[in-house]
Amino acid sequence: MTWRSPLALVRDALRGQRARENELRSLESNLPYEGLEKGKQPNRYFTSNAIKTTKYSLLFFIPMNLYEQFHRLANLYFVGLVILNFIPQVNAFQPEIALIPICVILSLTAMKDAWEDFRRYQSDRKLNNMPCFIYSRKEKQFVERCWKDVRVGDFVKVVCNEIIPADLLLLYTSDPNGVCHIETANLDGETNLKQRTAVSGVCNTHPKFEPESFKGIVVCEKPNNNLNHFKGYVEKPDKQKVGAGIESLLLRGCTVRNTDHAVGFVVYAGHETKSMLNNSGPRYKRSKLERRLNIDVFFCVILLFTMCLIGALGHYLWLNAMPVVPPYLVPPTSGQLDSPSLASFYMFFTMIILLQILIPISLYVSIELVKISQIFFITNDIDLYDEETDSRIQCKALNITEDLGQIEYIFSDKTGTLTENKMVFRRCSIMGTEYPHKENAIRLAVLDEPEAEEEVLFNQHPQPLPTGWSLDSEEANAEDTHGHGSRRRSKVTGNAQSDVAFSSPLETEVVPDGKLFQKISRTSSSSLSHSQKTDAYLDFFLALAICNTVVVSMATSQRRRVSHTNTPLETLSRLMRNAGSIFKFCKRKPKRNRTFTEDSEEHFQPSGQTEGVRTTGLQPCSLHPPSLSDKPALTSDNLRYEAESPDEAALVYAAKAYGFTLLSRTPDSVSVKLPSGEVLDFEVLDTLTFDSNRKRMSVLVRHPITKEYVLYTKGADFAIMELLGTPYYASILTGQSTVTQRHLDCYAKEGLRTLCIAKKVQNHTEAVYKRWSVDRKKAMAAIEDRERLVMDTAVQLETNLTLLGATGIEDRLQENVPDTIQALREAGIKVWVLTGDKPETAVNIGYACGLLEDEDLIHTITAVFQITCTNILDCTLEEVRRYNADPRNVDTTLNMSLVIDGLTLDKALSPDLLDRFVALVKHCRSVLCCRVTPLQKSRVVKVIREKLKVMTLAAGDGANDVNMIQAADIGIGISGQEGMQAVMASDFAISRFKHLKKLLLVHGHWCYTRLANMIIYFFYKNVAYVNLLFWYQFFCGFSATAMIDYWLMIFFNLFFTSLPPIMFGIMDKDISAEMLLGVPELYKTGQGEGDYRFTTFWVSILDAFYQSLVCFFVPYLVYQDSDIDMFTFGTPLNTSALFIILLHLSIEIKSWTVVHWIIMLGSVALYFIVTLAYSAVCVTCNPPSNPYWILQSQMEDPMFYLISVFQLCLCLFPNTRLFVLDFLAQWFSTANLNHPEVFKGNRQCSHSLMLPFS
Amino acid sequence: MVKQESESANRPDNTAFTQQRLPAWQPILSAGIVIPGFVLIGLAFIGIGVALLVTSRSIQVLELDYTGDGNGSPCSSCSQSTTVNCKCSLNFTLDTLFQGPVFFYYGLSNYFQNYRRYGASKDDNQLYGDLSYFTSPSSSCSPYDYDGSKNPIVPCGSIANSMFNDTFTLTRTVSGKTDSVPLDGKGIAWWTDYNVKYRNPSVTPLKNAFNGTVKPIDWAKPAYELDTSDASNNGFVNQDFLVWMRRAALPNFRKLYRRIDASGDYQNGLPAGNYTIDITYNYPVRVFNGAKKVVFSNVSWMGGKNEFLGIAYLVIGSLCVVMSVVMLIVYAKFKFPDEE
Repeated sequence: MTWRSPLALVRDALRGQRARENELRSLESNLPYEGLEKGKQPNRYFTSNAIKTTKYSLLFFIPMNLYEQFHRLANLYFVGLVILNFIPQVNAFQPEIALIPICVILSLTAMKDAWEDFRRYQSDRKLNNMPCFIYSRKEKQFVERCWKDVRVGDFVKVVCNEIIPADLLLLYTSDPNGVCHIETANLDGETNLKQRTAVSGVCNTHPKFEPESFKGIVVCEKPNNNLNHFKGYVEKPDKQKVGAGIESLLLRGCTVRNTDHAVGFVVYAGHETKSMLNNSGPRYKRSKLERRLNIDVFFCVILLFTMCLIGALGHYLWLNAMPVVPPYLVPPTSGQLDSPSLASFYMFFTMIILLQILIPISLYVSIELVKISQIFFITNDIDLYDEETDSRIQCKALNITEDLGQIEYIFSDKTGTLTENKMVFRRCSIMGTEYPHKENAIRLAVLDEPEAEEEVLFNQHPQPLPTGWSLDSEEANAEDTHGHGSRRRSKVTGNAQSDVAFSSPLETEVVPDGKLFQKISRTSSSSLSHSQKTDAYLDFFLALAICNTVVVSMATSQRRRVSHTNTPLETLSRLMRNAGSIFKFCKRKPKRNRTFTEDSEEHFQPSGQTEGVRTTGLQPCSLHPPSLSDKPALTSDNLRYEAESPDEAALVYAAKAYGFTLLSRTPDSVSVKLPSGEVLDFEVLDTLTFDSNRKRMSVLVRHPITKEYVLYTKGADFAIMELLGTPYYASILTGQSTVTQRHLDCYAKEGLRTLCIAKKVQNHTEAVYKRWSVDRKKAMAAIEDRERLVMDTAVQLETNLTLLGATGIEDRLQENVPDTIQALREAGIKVWVLTGDKPETAVNIGYACGLLEDEDLIHTITAVFQITCTNILDCTLEEVRRYNADPRNVDTTLNMSLVIDGLTLDKALSPDLLDRFVALVKHCRSVLCCRVTPLQKSRVVKVIREKLKVMTLAAGDGANDVNMIQAADIGIGISGQEGMQAVMASDFAISRFKHLKKLLLVHGHWCYTRLANMIIYFFYKNVAYVNLLFWYQFFCGFSATAMIDYWLMIFFNLFFTSLPPIMFGIMDKDISAEMLLGVPELYKTGQGEGDYRFTTFWVSILDAFYQSLVCFFVPYLVYQDSDIDMFTFGTPLNTSALFIILLHLSIEIKSWTVVHWIIMLGSVALYFIVTLAYSAVCVTCNPPSNPYWILQSQMEDPMFYLISVFQLCLCLFPNTRLFVLDFLAQWFSTANLNHPEVFKGNRQCSHSLMLPFS
Repeated sequence: MVKQESESANRPDNTAFTQQRLPAWQPILSAGIVIPGFVLIGLAFIGIGVALLVTSRSIQVLELDYTGDGNGSPCSSCSQSTTVNCKCSLNFTLDTLFQGPVFFYYGLSNYFQNYRRYGASKDDNQLYGDLSYFTSPSSSCSPYDYDGSKNPIVPCGSIANSMFNDTFTLTRTVSGKTDSVPLDGKGIAWWTDYNVKYRNPSVTPLKNAFNGTVKPIDWAKPAYELDTSDASNNGFVNQDFLVWMRRAALPNFRKLYRRIDASGDYQNGLPAGNYTIDITYNYPVRVFNGAKKVVFSNVSWMGGKNEFLGIAYLVIGSLCVVMSVVMLIVYAKFKFPDEE
């Protein structure tokens, strides 16, 4: 290490800082600098690939952890108290004793932190030491290194199934097309493969990839956490720029699939990689209850100060009343008594120390414990477990469980949330002719019947049509013979296939429409290649097959995960050979193994049966022995489509059903097999990917025969209709678009999702295309404003389209959706649906799921102009007002629903209309927002949440719901078909919409009431106990004397009475689950202010005051004027306080289980054991108090028991009064029990009102 | 079995605990429980109340204030003067037998033995007989740990220093003959204090242990000479000292002074007659507006006389009964349908 001046070091550090902060980074290859010292490395400023997620180091754990913990206000309060205790003028206890609570709490937290940090350390070490290949100039080859050795500017080789160590700019792959597939499941949970393309022409790749030939500079943006976005370019030595987007970036944490190996240039390493930047740890939301709680803690602080002031003032008056210094008044060490005012000033602080537990610090720790346990119970609920996907509910936000019990508004996405998002091709309209696909409809209709399970249908496979259809009829028959007996297994097979996204039999299976099929076969027989005028029917299906981003994978080139699926026999035999490893294997591949749980005999019949079953649902993989499918034979059966959206897959499968089989797709070409058996290879010139602004996607291809540039576009109907040029086939198709539009409307009314398919033959020349292509490339390479430029180029091309037809895709409602919505509504929750679909589709689904009802008054608001929108809103509001003013409608409410579309919504949410809109929707039973963008979704949620001050919940499954999910108080992600982005952003992830019912009605209610009651109880407990000490101050000259031994006092809170309330918060059930599900109205107790309101808090505080008064003054009156000594007076007080506090809890507990009994009796036993042992052992310890043998002698005294019993009864008498009132109320209200208002009464009242129910 | 488990690895355990279906007992309050419950509790309370009241009534208490603030009171001269061992006497007459065993207390009012600093002002280790604390008392005793010339005070601290130092003798006058009533000062302190908590250092004679120490400032005699009549009643285990050291819980308190020795004429207590208490008046109470008294009382199983608890029990018990009657009326009137 050469010596460098500190100045140089500082300069270097500054330069590094600047380099990192720069908007653009220029990166060079490290290879020319290999072996040089660090100061000479060009990329030395950027972070290395070693990661460190640990918070602490071994050496500094204690100081750092303490520092961390003292950021909490509560802990600071504790420390303040301890410091006070060390000041001799004010200390109340021995200073050491005051340290106990804080030490216990700090060390508990520290232990938890240390354990978590150790886990992180272990996983960091494992990751950092993973092997990878880095190119070394010295050795002229890739050498094996650890992940942590990877630096920005290195060349890293990744091989198939390996995890990518850093963010790599893809330069070379083993694939001749420069394509590499990655699986991003580790990042976003999406299981479909994503295709990445190498940046071409920046270094020699032929015949062998030579990293040393890379001479360019990679310019890229500052690291950010957007997984779907990357901007950068490679500047070659000749100043030519080659653009590179996310499609050339291999992300750290992804797995390479389907590609033998690939080489990339490290752009971001370590903590700057996109996956690490996305890894922001658990989310922290503050629940409503906690916000409320903080107010009450603040009240407690005020109470504490008041009590201390009273103490100080009392002390002052008491001192002033002394004529002379009495013998008991001890001067401080100095020998001189303080003046009364100074003494009372000190007394104020001493009082704070004495009465400190009034601020329930342990409450925060307890709440955390309770919430963790509540989450344990929620995740363990078997009713929230989805068998099909083998997934439980996931709780991502750990501290808002109780908010689940307070929801007033639910905002739900439609697709994938209310519906299955299993897209089924239902109908299509081509060139103005409608093909209803009746057979397909029948197949689906049978599915809807509850008994019919999916697989039955697939076993009763429709007999193949005579011509050209792909399914082998022999197979179908074979399956018919044994199919039905093995229903269960085939269902399992179906499940297993869902490893690949969107490939359940339901979706892959399309029964072609007879008429259409004939038409197709006719056209295809009149050979396509000769007709210049391509038939529109062929075009339609070609568009379906081509215009998408579906990745085709072969059965044999499946990724490893799936390959087990494909060779079940092999797997089985391997399993049988190696029974020892069975469990491990099962762990990894849980879903596969259902097959093996059948009678073992069957397993050893490797023939027909299993195979036959597997063929159901056109599962191609196991149909043919692996040897056959080794060649990417053109047998369409061993194709597997992996689509990013289910619609695409449905369309591709539909095209396949008509014989247009998508065989392969590379970035540059698509091959499609035609019904005639011919294979067409289209050269793909460009893909204009889907975005939510354009609402369409296009593929520009060069027709292999006509050599024309053809643009196929598919998209939302309104997006396409706008772009239609003059009809190409004007003569034949007069008014085709209007007919199609009519069909589209009809589809929408049926609740189908509609898509329009259009095409455009670019009749301009090569040169025009070239020019466009250059623009496009420039746009792609642009760093600034790229989205707009890319979109502009796309819009340039997508004009004058020719409508080919439209498709209707059905998305079936999930099971129990109407039932769930009904229950949620009865629970007083308003359900809104926000969808991107057309209003007609949305309304239809609205009826189907019971959101809209026939007798409802439905207002549909569509307004193009602001002024119209204003008028409509005003009129509707007026109508509502008139309805409510009408005396005839006193008891009824207007059942009004609102349907509003995206454009109108924009206007309604504008500042001047916002209030009217909010006023209107307050009266609506349900609101449907159609054609809304993700941003609008979140805006709606925010507006309602802020304007109406209500608790909101948003549920969605797709990336377009992420905004909304994050805007709501509770975000629910539904882990469905559309990847995991919604789940990642959510607080709770469920797999079915119906789970919402139990989650809210049961768990929400429980979590809320449990926590609310526990918190109230905590306040009560602390106030009641502290007040005992406070009352005593009136009899000891306000000198902050405690008549209870300090240790016992501290233990009282820390051990004797801490577990029961926690258990109460975890396990109490005020109402049974069945009851809550059966009577959703019960949910209303939690809404709005809920159980935990202002009055409840103060009632419990008053209760605490009363009980402490009784608890103190009964012994006082009994022992007045007697020879009782201080601790003989205080210890029984402590004992009866324990009983009172625990019995008070027992009254609150609504159901007693074994755990309750154990903990309650355990606490009492613990108290007696500890106190008795302590007073038997402690002779001279703990100087100011004399605990020795006090409890023992008290327990020999009958008066002790008589006083305790009396205290108990008198303390709890108000509670029994409540019982009596309830008891009376029961009689009066049994007749009216159906009235929900009854439940809204007093907290305790309402609870016991339920008793006859529960 | 392994296969069974793994077919759905994420499936939650279907146990009563995780599914929150543990068998639970729910206290249901029906009329059939509440009304008899109230009646039973009420009756039990009334019973206890009556027993307590009867017992309390049977306890005889005789209180005599001797502070001497009024002009007519016998000790007024002593209360004004500051003379040491000022003598005064108090006369009282018993018409009937004062049932034994009779306890003789002295009482102080407005005396805050529970004042925090006062309570801390002692050294438990010193009182446990640990000689090392004789020479250097704990700082908690401050400023009563060393006298002006830095000699350690034993027993140190404010409690010891302020020990009550009035003494009493009781005489009975029967037909002109004055008879001293035997008082028993043994075992008036807690057994545990006498035997465990407080110990004299094992030095004989006891006096030697106190070498180099001084007596508390306000004491007339050093600790080892507290009781000249009984050598074993000296030092830290002196009964009066022990009684004083056990701090009273409330500002108005009494402390046991002696028992009437149940022997001879006093076998059954104090017989009727004229009695005189001769008081050595030392303890100043006017400085804190306090009062002093002597109390004779006999005790029962419930301790001293106290009517509060008995009355309280009676009140609550009758309330319970009344309430159950009200509920019964309502019940009968509205014919509450059968509970589920």
